[in-house]
Amino acid sequence: MDNSSILVVENLKKYYYGGGIGKNRVAVKAVDDVSFSIERGTTMGLVGESGCGKTTVGRTILRLHDVTGGKVSFKGRDLAKLSKRELRRMRPQLQMIFQDPYSSLSPRMPVGEIIGEAVREHNIVPADQYRQHIMKVMRSCGLQPQYFSRYPHEFSGGQRQRICIARAVALNPDFIICDEPVSALDVSIQAQILNLMQDLQDEFGYTYMFISHDLSVVEHISDTIAVMYLGSIVEIGDKESVFDKPSHPYTKALLSAVPVADPDYRMNRIVLAGDIPSPANPPSGCKFRTRCPYAMERCAKEVPVLANIDDGHEVACHLFDDEVAAYNAKVKGDISA
Amino acid sequence: MALKLKKNKKQIKGVDDQTYLTLKEERAISKANMRVMKEFERKKRRENVDPSEYLTKMRDPNNVVEFDNLHTFFFTDVGTTRAVNGVSFDVPTGKTVGIVGESGCGKSVTSLSLMQLVQAPQGQIVEGSIRYKATDGKVYDIPKVPMNEMLHIRGKEISMIFQEPMTSLNPVFRIGRQLDEVVMLHVPDSTADSARKRSIEMLKTVGIADGERVYESYPHELSGGMRQRVMIAMALICDPRLIIADEPTTALDVTIQAQILELLRNIKDKINGSIMLITHDLGVIAEMADQVVVMYAGRIIEEGTVREIFHSPKHPYTVGLMLSKPRVDQGVDRLYSIPGQVPNPINMPDHCYFYNRCERAMPVCLGPYPDLIPFSDTHRAACLLYDEAAMARQAELDREATVEDVSAASERGEVE
Repeated sequence: MDNSSILVVENLKKYYYGGGIGKNRVAVKAVDDVSFSIERGTTMGLVGESGCGKTTVGRTILRLHDVTGGKVSFKGRDLAKLSKRELRRMRPQLQMIFQDPYSSLSPRMPVGEIIGEAVREHNIVPADQYRQHIMKVMRSCGLQPQYFSRYPHEFSGGQRQRICIARAVALNPDFIICDEPVSALDVSIQAQILNLMQDLQDEFGYTYMFISHDLSVVEHISDTIAVMYLGSIVEIGDKESVFDKPSHPYTKALLSAVPVADPDYRMNRIVLAGDIPSPANPPSGCKFRTRCPYAMERCAKEVPVLANIDDGHEVACHLFDDEVAAYNAKVKGDISA
Repeated sequence: MALKLKKNKKQIKGVDDQTYLTLKEERAISKANMRVMKEFERKKRRENVDPSEYLTKMRDPNNVVEFDNLHTFFFTDVGTTRAVNGVSFDVPTGKTVGIVGESGCGKSVTSLSLMQLVQAPQGQIVEGSIRYKATDGKVYDIPKVPMNEMLHIRGKEISMIFQEPMTSLNPVFRIGRQLDEVVMLHVPDSTADSARKRSIEMLKTVGIADGERVYESYPHELSGGMRQRVMIAMALICDPRLIIADEPTTALDVTIQAQILELLRNIKDKINGSIMLITHDLGVIAEMADQVVVMYAGRIIEEGTVREIFHSPKHPYTVGLMLSKPRVDQGVDRLYSIPGQVPNPINMPDHCYFYNRCERAMPVCLGPYPDLIPFSDTHRAACLLYDEAAMARQAELDREATVEDVSAASERGEVE
């Protein structure tokens, strides 16, 4: 792949095995054949409903869960194949911000220690600069340095999320996975945290993978967007193409379901019937067909694959065969010309 | 390491802005609280109360509920939390009233006060009245209604849909049994068979196709959206006059949220009741509500019809709230964010609670708490920016300040 990509995920699979022995073993395909790449210094948004596997993707990339199959190359090295020791050496470069700032901070550690523990473990800075480094990180995350020896329970949700961000940032990482970092926060605090994350990205050039179910937040912060449904990506592309020209029926429904804060704004809402099916027993063919308003006979038999319908805009749906063919013809024409 | 930390703590103490109570102070507070709480609880538990004590009259017969200067306090060991501090608004018949605000602003406590479900004995309605007009025409003053009488109103006349469908259903009983219980309690002469019929009918009304199967299921067998439908069915089963929906869609995905909101809208028309919708999502409010109440730190800071609030918000907090929410149909490079955070509910200041976060704060704002200033029959906001007398006072202050500046400057010989 090209050099600008910091992370390339190819055919990532993560199965969980449930009951049954031998042949009868039931596999829950939490992540099934997911491929994407993220360019250095950009943000990729990963959206989908709960249970679609978006958190599992994030955790599997970091090897917090073991990989069932596929490749995760970070700066050219396959994370999925690293030994424990090598992985540990890579860890400071890949960090994660968790969803719930109330349960992801140890209540028994003072803030300075929470932020600094990994810094000391990984020898990020010389011992004599340790304290200064932590203070600097805290300041850049909007925390006052005198909070150094306070405990997490003394802080509000927004402040705690700042601590979580500081903990990730303190290791000078290149890549940060943000797993629903603002969904537990109030609107006015949400804006503060989103702005902080953008400021940090501008200053230090971090690459983010932003996992969220809130489309308006993802739209605000991301450069590229991937939409997941039942363990697979159904649409991926840059922000403009996905939000201005949503193509997959699921993306359309998802976008139209977001309530807009304007009483006179009326959108043609597509209300999807039913619930997301169980990933242990997904529908045959296209996984979305059970809720899709355009489902055809063909959808039950053939699994649609991700294909370009435009530059940097891929969709996995049988409805777009013509567009895909047109795009391929165009590309072929360009090459021969 | 431990020693080092201890030393730091001492150094930092001077800059620390948080104050701690001594054990002695804390004990004195809890002793005083105990006395107050006992008094309130005794009043609530009385039996054979004369109805004239709690029956009143509505101010406007078109309303279902009128909140009038409601104060709900929590008596905690670190001081009294004024969760709801003087809230007045009406819920008209057949309308949806949306209450917005951040967590801790008192929106849930307002609705729990109406149900007499505030966590007792710490939480007590200390002042004000909530007038509720029942189906039979009687008007109850909810804070004065004794506990045993409240049983006939709660769940039957006023019902509530809670935020978390996972935790509001009992995991050890089948859905059917939990639904039947409501019918058996509130509908006179109901039998097990009639209750079962009613429950299944209700499950079908809320869009569950195979009601019989769900009737026999346990909560864990259902998805989040289905559970919320069951909660709605449970709330509607006795044809209530008023439904309180406390963040009904916050725990759900957007596609399921769209389903549930659609359902709530249809059902309101069907039963001709009113809905009190509590949420922090401005999008949901814009879509559902007819009237909006914006709360901040236990007080109403702005109220009006949904168009007034969204098209011409007046209070700086409302304006900030609107700007800080990213919108799918409009891109901005940088979000507006309201600086700081909600003040500590204990030891609230006497002046406007939004003063320290407000970009348009003036010295005059440090005066007494502003009253609601009317802009139209329905639209009111509590901000001194719209109070002519206060603005005149502020202009006066500004003039004095410039005069002082000039005289100070002339003393230094800077002005000719």
